[in-house]
Amino acid sequence: MVEDEGIRRYVAHFILWIGIAIVAFPVYIAIVASTQDNALIANGQMSLLPGGHFFEVYYQTIFVGTSGSTREPVGNMMLNSLVMALAIAIGKIAISIISAYAIVYFRFPFRMSIFWIIFITLMLPVEVRIYPTYKIVADLHMLDSYAGLALPLIASATATLLFRQFFMTVPDELLEASRIDGAGPLRFFWDTLLPLSRTNMAALFVILFILGWNQYLWPLLITTRDDMQTIQVGIRKMITTTDALTEWPIVMATAVLAMLPPVFVVVAMQKLFVRGLVETEK
Amino acid sequence: MANVTLRNVRKTYTGGFEAIKGVNVDVADGQFCVLVGPSGCGKSTLLRMVAGLETVTGGEIDIGGRVVNQIEPADRDIAMVFQNYALYPHMSVYNNMAYGLRNRGMAEAEIKTRVEEAARVLELSAMLERKPRQLSGGQRQRVAMGRAIVRQPKVFLFDEPLSNLDAKLRISMRVEIRKLQRRLNVTSIYVTHDQLEAMTLADILVVMNGGQVEQVGNPLAIYEKPATTFVASFIGAPPMNLMSTRPDEIKSQLGGSATDAGIVGIRPEDFAITDQTPAGGVALPLTVEAIERVGAETFVYGSRQHEDQRVAATPGELPPGEIIVRIPGTEAPAIGAKIRVAAVRQKLHLFSGDGRTRIEA
Amino acid sequence: MQKQAIFQSKLLPYALVAPQLAIVLIFFYWPALQAVIQSFLLQDAFGLSTTFVWFDNYIELFRDPAYFEAIVRTFFFSFAIAISSLSFALLLAVMADKPLRGSMLYRTLLIWPYAVAPPVVGVLWIFMLHPSLGVVSRYLRAAGVDWNPLLDGNQAAALIILAAAWKQISYNFLFFLAGLQAIPRSVFEAAAIDGARPMRRFWTVTFPLLSPTIFFLLVVNIVYAFFDTFGIIDTMTRGGPGTSTVTLVYKVYSDGLLGGNLGSSAAQSVILMIMVIVLTGIQFRFVERKVTY
Repeated sequence: MVEDEGIRRYVAHFILWIGIAIVAFPVYIAIVASTQDNALIANGQMSLLPGGHFFEVYYQTIFVGTSGSTREPVGNMMLNSLVMALAIAIGKIAISIISAYAIVYFRFPFRMSIFWIIFITLMLPVEVRIYPTYKIVADLHMLDSYAGLALPLIASATATLLFRQFFMTVPDELLEASRIDGAGPLRFFWDTLLPLSRTNMAALFVILFILGWNQYLWPLLITTRDDMQTIQVGIRKMITTTDALTEWPIVMATAVLAMLPPVFVVVAMQKLFVRGLVETEK
Repeated sequence: MANVTLRNVRKTYTGGFEAIKGVNVDVADGQFCVLVGPSGCGKSTLLRMVAGLETVTGGEIDIGGRVVNQIEPADRDIAMVFQNYALYPHMSVYNNMAYGLRNRGMAEAEIKTRVEEAARVLELSAMLERKPRQLSGGQRQRVAMGRAIVRQPKVFLFDEPLSNLDAKLRISMRVEIRKLQRRLNVTSIYVTHDQLEAMTLADILVVMNGGQVEQVGNPLAIYEKPATTFVASFIGAPPMNLMSTRPDEIKSQLGGSATDAGIVGIRPEDFAITDQTPAGGVALPLTVEAIERVGAETFVYGSRQHEDQRVAATPGELPPGEIIVRIPGTEAPAIGAKIRVAAVRQKLHLFSGDGRTRIEA
Repeated sequence: MQKQAIFQSKLLPYALVAPQLAIVLIFFYWPALQAVIQSFLLQDAFGLSTTFVWFDNYIELFRDPAYFEAIVRTFFFSFAIAISSLSFALLLAVMADKPLRGSMLYRTLLIWPYAVAPPVVGVLWIFMLHPSLGVVSRYLRAAGVDWNPLLDGNQAAALIILAAAWKQISYNFLFFLAGLQAIPRSVFEAAAIDGARPMRRFWTVTFPLLSPTIFFLLVVNIVYAFFDTFGIIDTMTRGGPGTSTVTLVYKVYSDGLLGGNLGSSAAQSVILMIMVIVLTGIQFRFVERKVTY
């Protein structure tokens, strides 16, 4: 690298800290607000420093919920979100890895047609088929259920493509050695291919977990009961149109709780996250 | 213990490409058979057919008296060492060797005995818990060998197992493989493109070209009496000098009995720099163009006057008209010198004009 | 596409693709087909009868100035979000690409907003810039700005663009940084030896070499702005004030939900589908180009 002389380095540090401040400021405000008194906030008198209501606000948020708009403990919403996110992430990985395995390691009639059928779903995001999909889920009696939340979302062209691409890089000789060692297709998959795919699965899991946790439109459509709400849907219902009734500290505490799991995943598993993000976009 | 017999084995791909055009080879029990030839000659395909990794589209493969054409690789009682070793990267050395035995339902105690014995023989005992990526190239190669040995198969199959090693290691592993095979006395089929490896390892050498067998036999016998110009130029380094007999100069020297010959071949080491003309032999005037002194011997590259006199038997070799002569390392003519080289009658190899038939003078 | 070494089995491969295929057919193709069919039907007010009306739903849509406005608005939002987020992220990435002390820490501190869900983004920003209680609004009003995004459509649009661009900074930053790190250092050194000053180096070396990444991100950002802004809009403005923040996706949602006009909603879905196909097509054409670079 061409060395930068002193002053340029300081400029770079300075710009980066400004960037970090811009990125962090809204979240800082949320954390601060979640520790303050609602009356103060509603008056537009909110302090920029943390207040003293941290424990009571978070206790009420997690175990009780708002007193006005939804009355659903956020703890329960988080549980719903967690179940949905895990089901989506694990489901997508599971069904994608086996279909990629079939497409790469077998030759059978309609192999390519099936590949294209899966591939083209990239062009059919839920936004373009909202109501017909809703109707099918309703007809299958899956409204307000975990199955309804997760099942329609667990097809994944991206994950299938990713595994297909990875399998293509696995040397043919490994399969041949396995055949000579007496392993059939299922045993080769389980004993060799799956362990080799571990890193890819982990990277994909990180991304898919975040995507699952952050689902919004779909749960908004198919959950009507408060106790089936995910946290993303719940937070929206907490903001009432008449501002006076909105319990802002609880809303902000919910926002913080909604961010916590995916942000933790990104920071704690940064390497896998970056890898997953770059791989899924290829 | 088994012999391996290939009867008119053929392989035609769905596109119509004929990779193996009818091969007959008989490898006796305990013999070391080497398939050698240039890349694309079908030697690896043939080996993989024996392993059961490629289907057989014609003829029969017989292992120990049983036709195995339709039998799964796992049930053929063979073991294979791959060019890239194909070790399972996520399994320890121990598990790499044990995997095939476990799949067969062998008792864990027996597996342990076998793996430890193989590890001892291959000097891998200290590395059983390591993963393949923690091993050097030579060690990985030995693990691949170990995986084959523990199975105690009827036949070992080797697909260019040494080509990923550096030159020095290649020679020592070559010796190791041969010693091991002698001791275990297991029938082996070994594929290589390296003629030196082929010569040193083989009990029985199969020279292949274009999906066909050019010659089968004892390596030295093949060296001494190559059946075709292809074998003549492929076996031996540097390759045999092949010359058209058309110019009167050579034809007249050969005399009456060799009138059918279209090509005459002389190995570099069979030339001597001399003024004499041996009766029935060949003598050529050369201009020295290049010298390679490698210590024990010296290679002289000389050109003849006529550009059309050398037959290019295999493409991409010496330019036509160039002759290689091997002389003792103590000698070296000057570049540009005019010399005269000659070979005696017994050292000449005569072939038909198309190079496909050897003519015994 | 296909391995040379494969397994032979008649039924197993079908069993393996069956789950994915079932989901895709039931929850993707069947609804998509329904949307297409519905877009040619008209339901009476009581949902008792439907009639086949050819392209009437589409014709009506394009006659509707509100729909035309939504198209223009969506594209305007998309480009505004993409360009503001991309340029800020590029600036940060160029800075973070320098051999600075703590550059890993900077990366960590800049990438986490990727994980914040769109509705939460909406909540954070509306709270900050809320006309009566927002912390930032105070300063805006003090500076003499008549700030009320709940009443002023332009301000509402600006708020949405800001919030959406904010969320996308981390994603763009990450890809720019990866793109920058893929450029061989020797190229910069050669440019320096050729006498190019830092700013000139950026515009003549870095920027051109980064252009595949920029184009790729532009497409991704536009797709993002099309779809993922739904959660932001729904929590911040719910399309308002009036219809001043209604995008195409939001309109499909609200027309079907509130208006119950399923024929029109289906026709909008079909148009959106065509747009997605075009955008994906561009994206995949580009992937090929990325390989050659």
